Amino acid sequence: MATTGTVTGIVSNLVTVKVDGPVGENELCHINLGGTMLLAEVIKVTGDKASVQVFETTRGLRNGDTVTFLGRMLEASLGPGLLSGIYDGLQNDLTTMEGVFLKRGEYTDPLNHEKLWDFTPLASPQDTVKAGDWLGEVMEGWLPHKIMVPFSFSGEYKVKSVAAAGSYNIDTVVATLTDAEGIDHDVTMVQKWPVKVAVRGYKEKPRPTKLMETGVRIIDTFNPIAEGGTGFIPGPFGCGKTVLQHAIAKQGEADIVVMAACGERANEVVEIFTEYPELVDPHTGRKLMERTVIICNTSNMPVAAREASVYTAMTICEYYRAMGYRCLLLADSTSRWAQALREMSNRMEELPGQDAFPVDLSAIISNFYSRAGQVILNNGKTGAVTFIGTVSPAGGNLKEPVTESTKKAARCFYALEQNRADQKRYPAVNPVESYSKYLEYPEIQQYLESTIERGWVAKVLEAKNYVRRGKEMAEQINILGDDGVPMSYHEAFWKSELIDFAFLQQDAFDAIDAVCPIERQKFMLDLILGICARDFRFDDYEKCREYFKEMINILRQMNYSPFESQAFESYLNSLNKHLSDHVN
Amino acid sequence: MSTKAFQRTYTRLQAITKATVSLDAKGVSNDELASVGGRLAQVVKTSGDRVTLQVFAGTEGIPTNAEVSFFGAPPTLKVSDQLAGRFFNAYGDPIDGGPEVEGEEREAGGPSVNPYKRRQPSELIPTGIAGIDLNNTLVSGQKIPFFADPDQPYNQVMADVALRADVDKIILGGMGLTNDDYLFFRHEFESAGALDRIVSFVNTTEEPPVERLLIPDMALTAAEYFAVDKNEKVLVLLTDMTLYADALSIVSNRMDQIPSKDSMPGSLYSDLAKIYEKAVQLPDGGSITIIAVTTLNDGDITHAIPDNTGYITEGQLFLRADTDTGTVIVDPFRSLSRLKQLVQGKKTREDHSQVMNAGVRLYADAQNAKTKLQNGFDLSDYDLRCLDYAKDYARELLSIDVNITINEMLDTAWRLFAKYFTPAETGIKQALVDKYWKG
Repeated sequence: MATTGTVTGIVSNLVTVKVDGPVGENELCHINLGGTMLLAEVIKVTGDKASVQVFETTRGLRNGDTVTFLGRMLEASLGPGLLSGIYDGLQNDLTTMEGVFLKRGEYTDPLNHEKLWDFTPLASPQDTVKAGDWLGEVMEGWLPHKIMVPFSFSGEYKVKSVAAAGSYNIDTVVATLTDAEGIDHDVTMVQKWPVKVAVRGYKEKPRPTKLMETGVRIIDTFNPIAEGGTGFIPGPFGCGKTVLQHAIAKQGEADIVVMAACGERANEVVEIFTEYPELVDPHTGRKLMERTVIICNTSNMPVAAREASVYTAMTICEYYRAMGYRCLLLADSTSRWAQALREMSNRMEELPGQDAFPVDLSAIISNFYSRAGQVILNNGKTGAVTFIGTVSPAGGNLKEPVTESTKKAARCFYALEQNRADQKRYPAVNPVESYSKYLEYPEIQQYLESTIERGWVAKVLEAKNYVRRGKEMAEQINILGDDGVPMSYHEAFWKSELIDFAFLQQDAFDAIDAVCPIERQKFMLDLILGICARDFRFDDYEKCREYFKEMINILRQMNYSPFESQAFESYLNSLNKHLSDHVN
Repeated sequence: MSTKAFQRTYTRLQAITKATVSLDAKGVSNDELASVGGRLAQVVKTSGDRVTLQVFAGTEGIPTNAEVSFFGAPPTLKVSDQLAGRFFNAYGDPIDGGPEVEGEEREAGGPSVNPYKRRQPSELIPTGIAGIDLNNTLVSGQKIPFFADPDQPYNQVMADVALRADVDKIILGGMGLTNDDYLFFRHEFESAGALDRIVSFVNTTEEPPVERLLIPDMALTAAEYFAVDKNEKVLVLLTDMTLYADALSIVSNRMDQIPSKDSMPGSLYSDLAKIYEKAVQLPDGGSITIIAVTTLNDGDITHAIPDNTGYITEGQLFLRADTDTGTVIVDPFRSLSRLKQLVQGKKTREDHSQVMNAGVRLYADAQNAKTKLQNGFDLSDYDLRCLDYAKDYARELLSIDVNITINEMLDTAWRLFAKYFTPAETGIKQALVDKYWKG
């Protein structure tokens, strides 16, 4: 008999329910509003009063309305057919909903139960299997989708039977497993998993070892992110957070990309599902939409489902990781999620922490980031979830709780800067403040040295040093004036400008410049460091400025030209001519 | 708001604050409207039998034995084509002396559009103002505020933009408008002969501040009627959203909520997003575009209201007085239209985005030169050229007085580039320089 209850209090989407039996923390319930069932989640229990956050607007709800508890937490449905999906934060399929407006209490199934999938068995009877082990596979478009032992199965099982190759829908029993007690368990192609719990079912989680290429120079070369790594992008509004995140989503070297639009603009989601079916993945040549899943809880959708959206997105990534794929999760923006937590905490009249955020904010954030990572599966194959979140700090001030908590949890920091954005130096990532901890990992260093070239890390540090020195020189020049400093200051400053304009800045809206593969990054970095290594010794700062501006212009034209094309080579020639024309 | 026969009536208030009253009542539904001593109120909280209502007109003079009756429904607006050309107060009652509007009663502040049913905005909204069209092009379905200090002529600019824009309906939501500004809008609309395509919901400074909270929902309910039911292009003007947010903070304060930054309620982001996200390009051709005003305190965009707004809207148009030219300009650094790339070079000339970027970059160099000058340093030849360019650029392009076509704006920019710079100094793609350089 399910626990039931009645509504006794309502403040916005926080509802108090008097219950008649046991309820669990995070248990779901349905609130009956004149026949419409509103989904809600228990967030606190005191005596026989449960506080529940409703995933819908509570307009029209009355005290005395009845509540039925569902005996389960918020779960994701995992099975073939998720790819290219567009879901809300609770994993309702937005594409199958009727009407232009979202209707309250309308919940749609995330998976198609009719569609037939061509199943190929991978396990055999008598095999010993554990949660996450592969039993068979179906082709989900281009992707061999593994049907696994459900993550909720604990301990070892013996395979009793596996379905023969054939076409089945997702609800067909494709395997029967026998547990240690001799009890049989049927496995279909779909499994459920509570989104707030990290998926296990892998052997170990080693430190990241590989670079995840994004085609963005200031990331790949200057502050590389590892496959299975974590990073975050804080920045005031208007600094290009979304553009940078979309660039990573389009170009990131991953098998699967899950975009969680968490409390952000609906038009940004529209952009994704309008353009991705046309855009091509630079790594595979397939359409971008074929590797993308969108979880969309835009800012006008119910606040409570915002929190759920990032967890749902993470769970889907973990599911594909268990099949041995490299997943990339992008969440825009984790600040909105934190604000959703704040709104609830506030309504529950909890004692607030800094800026009225709940005191456990930091723990919640680091717990979430820890779900990313590279894993070694039971069968020895690897999979990864790389996570990049954006943060929208209030007033652009990075000394606020969400940024500070995230900084403790994420390994890469891409600080977007108002000043750079004002000068249209995009991506407006501050080259001095930003960092990647992975650049210090011996495993990653070794990977970079062996895949790009020996001595690469030293080159990157050298380039960073030029930028840092240039910034110091710029300050001196500003204080002392053009005439008040030695010529070497001007030269150092212009070398950093050269790196900034020709390497760090990148035009995300130019078809060629938007994507810069690592070989091209290497070529350009070598070229630019070669220039920086020269001692020009100008006798006039005016000449120094003009000389460098000319070089910057040529290098930018190179960035706009296809790599090693005729145009590219001819700009390279004029650069070399320009360099040889200079006499000390 | 008419009374109904079956409504429940209570006469014993348990608590009164400046904006809210509490009483014991049964069977009350969340968000429903009520009348408290003849004033309109809305349920904001229930706890057991204790119900808290926000009284829109304020509680001055309300006694503990005031009569409270519940209407059983949230705020509604009667919608039909009769709305066109009319002026209403925050409750949707006519204030122009005209008759009541007949039509279907629609819930105000209703559900959101399914994001999957939206279409990508792609129609250019030209305004003639180069600071907008050239640098921050507007697109139908966009939501964008003017950020301006109270002394800037934002209402005039907004009226200009609205009347020049090619739209079917203009809906004005005035919150805390001074009576002078209200009459200004009325006069502008009347003299443009555009009254029949304008609907206005107005709360003036003479009226209670909490009433303002109803204005955006009313304006957007009317907008959705024209955009969804009639497939029309609707432009919604909301001025001043700062005063709206101030009203939110009054209510939240009276309800003893813990304030977050700048004494604003913790839900400010969601509250504002609910309004701005009504901007939409619909599949059947209708659209809602929102242009709002957020007044700033001394240009401070880090305050919670402009800050949250900036994260929600698709850019912002920042007005400021330019001391060099003595005009009000659309600041090219702080202004942004996030949707501009959807139309630039697609609905406008191919050189649009590069010309825009070069123009702003050179203007930035001029600002650096200006700093150098102020610090007493010698200026280089390049610095001097930048300064001269900046004056022309501000006067001929950034000023809000400009009213020319986009091609004229682009040609003006090329002319200024050629007058002061070499092609290399502009950093524009060679192919475009070859085609458009006015050397």
